[in-house]
Amino acid sequence: MDQIETFYDVMRRQGITRRSFMKYCSLTAAALGLGPSFVPKIAHAMETKPRTPVIWVHGLECTCCSESFIRSAHPLAKDVVLSMISLDYDDTLMAAAGHAAEAAMADTIERYKGEYILAVEGNPPLAEDGMFCITGGKPFVEKLRYAAKDAKAIISWGACASYGCVQAAKPNPTQATPVHKVITDKPIIKVPGCPPIAEVMTGVITYMLTFDRMPELDRQGRPKMFYSQRIHDKCYRRPHFDAGQFVESWDDDNARKGYCLYKMGCKGPTTYNACSTVRWNEGVSFPIQSGHGCIGCSEDGFWDHGSFYDRVTDLTQFGVEANADKVGFAAAGVVGGGIALHAAVSALKSAQVKSQSKPTVQNEEA
Amino acid sequence: MTRGATAPPARALAGDATEADRATVARRTSVYVYEVPVRLWHWINAAAIIVLCVTGYLIGSPPPTMIIAEATHQFVFGYIRFAHFAAAMIMTVGFFGRIYWAFVGNHHSKQMFMLPVWKRSWWAEVWHEVKWYAFLERTPKKYVGHNPLAQIAMFFFMTVGMTFMIVTGFALYAEGAGAGTVLHTIAAPFLAWIGNSQVLHSIHHLGMWFIVIFMMIHIYAAIREDIMSRQSMVSTMISGTRTFKDDRPD
Repeated sequence: MDQIETFYDVMRRQGITRRSFMKYCSLTAAALGLGPSFVPKIAHAMETKPRTPVIWVHGLECTCCSESFIRSAHPLAKDVVLSMISLDYDDTLMAAAGHAAEAAMADTIERYKGEYILAVEGNPPLAEDGMFCITGGKPFVEKLRYAAKDAKAIISWGACASYGCVQAAKPNPTQATPVHKVITDKPIIKVPGCPPIAEVMTGVITYMLTFDRMPELDRQGRPKMFYSQRIHDKCYRRPHFDAGQFVESWDDDNARKGYCLYKMGCKGPTTYNACSTVRWNEGVSFPIQSGHGCIGCSEDGFWDHGSFYDRVTDLTQFGVEANADKVGFAAAGVVGGGIALHAAVSALKSAQVKSQSKPTVQNEEA
Repeated sequence: MTRGATAPPARALAGDATEADRATVARRTSVYVYEVPVRLWHWINAAAIIVLCVTGYLIGSPPPTMIIAEATHQFVFGYIRFAHFAAAMIMTVGFFGRIYWAFVGNHHSKQMFMLPVWKRSWWAEVWHEVKWYAFLERTPKKYVGHNPLAQIAMFFFMTVGMTFMIVTGFALYAEGAGAGTVLHTIAAPFLAWIGNSQVLHSIHHLGMWFIVIFMMIHIYAAIREDIMSRQSMVSTMISGTRTFKDDRPD
C-alpha cells in the first residue's frame, strides 16, 4: 500500500493549488451536509490517507452511470476524483485492454485483499448460466463473484445494480438480477438512478474515503444524505401542486407557466432522490425544471409500475390496460347491477308471497 | 283511552290504533343491541368514509386546474388533501375506539371482529342466509345482532378492509411526513418491504373501490332487510333498539 500516493499528493502533482484543494474540501463538506469543523478533517484525511483502490466492473448496463460520473460538476471532482480513488480497473475507462486489463484486476484483488472497493455498474443475468453477459471471456456473474469475494464494500451504481432496471423489467428474459441478490455477504451501498446524479456518486465516494466508513444507509441500502427525501418534497413546482394548478396537456398554457406536472404522470411523489436539490449538469436543471415529469428512475422496478404519463397506475394483472379506477368502477357497476336485479326479484318475490298468504295472515292476526 | 278499565295500561295506544294493532303491539319484542358508542362510531365512520372516498378519488385524479390566485394564495389541492388526512385521522381514532368498545361493550359489539368459524351451527346459518338471499328460502331467521352473512361482510370489508386502508394510508402519509418523523420510523420497515411506493398508491386506490362496493351492498342489504326481514334494520342503527315483527320462536 505504501507505494500509493495520498489524495493530496495526486492533486498537487496535477497542478492543483493548496487554495483550490481547501476550497474543494469545504465544498465537499457542504455537499455532504457537514459543518465547517469537518473541513480540516477532510483535508487531513486527504493529505494522509493512501488512495483507496477501486475496481469498477460493468455488467448488463448502458454506461450511463459512467457517463454521469465523469461529468461531476465540480471541475475538481471531475479532475480529481478519478485520481483520488486509485481506479485500478474499469474496462470502459482504463487504457489497458484485453489480457492486460484482466491482469490488472487480478493483480489489484491479490494485492489489496479486503481493502478495495468494488463498484458495480449494471447487473448480472442469471439465466442460461449467465451467458447473456460475457466479459473477458467469462459470464459476468462469475467475474462479479470473483471481484466481490475480497472486496471491503460494494457500491451498486445506478438502477441496474440496485434494482435491475430495464433489463429486469417484466418478463426479464435474461433473469437480470440486482447485485444484492447475488452477493449477500458484503456491505452494499445502493446509489440508484438512471443514471445517478454525478455529485451524488462522487459524494458517496468522497464520504467513504474521508471517514473510512460507509455513509448512513436507509432500509433499502441507499445513502440517507441523498435519498431520504422525495423529489416532490423539494420540488420548486410544489406550490402549484398544493394550489391545484396542473399542466393538463403537453404544451398547454399551464405547461408554459410551469405548473405542476402531477397530472402528466410525474412520479416525484414516490421517488427518493436529490434531483430537485442537487440538480444536473452543474446544477443547470432537472427533468421537472425542463418541463417533463419525473419518471421515478431511482425507484425499484420503475419500468413495471405503469406508464410514465399517468398517476393511477395501469394494472396489467387484469389482462387489459386497466387502472384501479377502471377496475373499481367496473366492479362497482357489476355489483350495482346485481343489486338492482336482486332488488327487483325481491320485490316480485315478496309480492308473490303476500298474494299467496293473504288469507292466512289475516287469520293469524285476527 | 277511555276504556282503561277494560285494557291494561301497557296496551293503551293513541290515535287510529285498532284492536288488532293492540294485539300485535302486545306481542312485539325489542332488544337494545347497538349501544351509544357503536351507533356514534357507525355514523362518524360513514361520514369519514364518504369524505375519504371523494377526496381520495380526487387525489388520484385531481379536478381541473383552477386559477383563482397566485399559487401562494391558493390552496385548493392542499385543502382536498387536508380533508382526506383529517377524515382519515378521525376514522382511525374511531376505529381504535370501536376496538376498545369491543372489549368493554356488550356481546354484540364483538361480532364485527371475530367470525365463529369453528361453530358448525354458525356455518349452517350462513348457508341458510345465503339461500335466503338466493330466494331459495321463504323466511329469514331473526337475529338480534348481525346475521352470519352480514357478519362475514363486516369482518372482511370493515375490520380487514379498514385495517388495510389505515396501514397503507398511514404509510403513504409517513412519506409526506418525511424521514426522521415518528410516523416514518414506524412505517419504514413496511415502506422498505413495499419498495416502490407507487405500488402503495395503487393498492390503496383499489382499497377505496373495495370499500365503495361494500357501501353499496351494505346500504342495499340494510334497506332490503328492513322491508323484507322479520326485524328492524335502519332504525336500529339510529335508536339502538332491534324490534321484531313477529314472535315466532324460530
